[in-house]
Amino acid sequence: MTGLLVLLGALAGAAAIALLLRWKNGRFTTAAMPDDRERLTADQIGVPLGERATMVQFSSAFCSPCRATRVLLADVATKVPGVVTVEIDAEENLQLVRDLDIMRTPTVLVLDATGAVTTRASGLPRREQVLGALARAVEPGQ
Amino acid sequence: MSQPTQVDPRGLRVVAGITAAVLAAVLAIPSEPVRIALLAVQVAVFAIAAFVGLTASPYAKFHAAVVRPRLGPPAELEDSRPPRFAQLVGLTFTAVALVALLTGATTAALVATGLALVAALLNAAVGLCLGCELYLVLRRFTPVGT
Repeated sequence: MTGLLVLLGALAGAAAIALLLRWKNGRFTTAAMPDDRERLTADQIGVPLGERATMVQFSSAFCSPCRATRVLLADVATKVPGVVTVEIDAEENLQLVRDLDIMRTPTVLVLDATGAVTTRASGLPRREQVLGALARAVEPGQ
Repeated sequence: MSQPTQVDPRGLRVVAGITAAVLAAVLAIPSEPVRIALLAVQVAVFAIAAFVGLTASPYAKFHAAVVRPRLGPPAELEDSRPPRFAQLVGLTFTAVALVALLTGATTAALVATGLALVAALLNAAVGLCLGCELYLVLRRFTPVGT
């Protein structure tokens, strides 16, 4: 009897997690008001900031959606002027991961021209989600 | 265990599907000898996949011999490190379940099996690697300066 209950619980749990992640993956959220946004420097991310925006992807070895995310961001960066993308190994930058409260890979941060983190998402995003996040990052006053 | 070899992602889904079926049978069949036998088989399969290699797993051999010939060559390959890590996580949960069952802690054994089943179902149905999702969370607890 216990076995059947656990079986039903596992089925319901798996369905709930699948739906939650489908909703969450690639969903860009704005964490802070413009004044207390975290700011990243070219030194911290290892490349010069983009003229208009920078996409920072945190990746790890045990991460299957990281490759698809990297390909998508690289493609977006070549098509949108003034935007660059950089990939950071989460395990080699654990302090930064803790400071930015990153829990999953991939996590994508979108920085504005000054390096302020305007929005972030975890999981593999869709192209239109990335383009929408970039549009908000380069828009002044957002 | 970190050589970046490439594997057929459809094979991973087939392996996860067989794993899910075995674990569901452990929960559904209320006979202790059957449960012990099924869990022991699953522990052995996870151990082979985690320590020898994904393609050495009997389930993967079944995919290679029976399923893949009907599907044709894969359109793309996937890094083997995340799924191999997932097999290690599965090994941990099923080993705990097997030990619990052998020591008479049946409820604990069924719960551990249920958790492994959730991971296998997600892997088979949507290709999600639950162990990988939790990897960074665990890594964050390791001391600063590593």
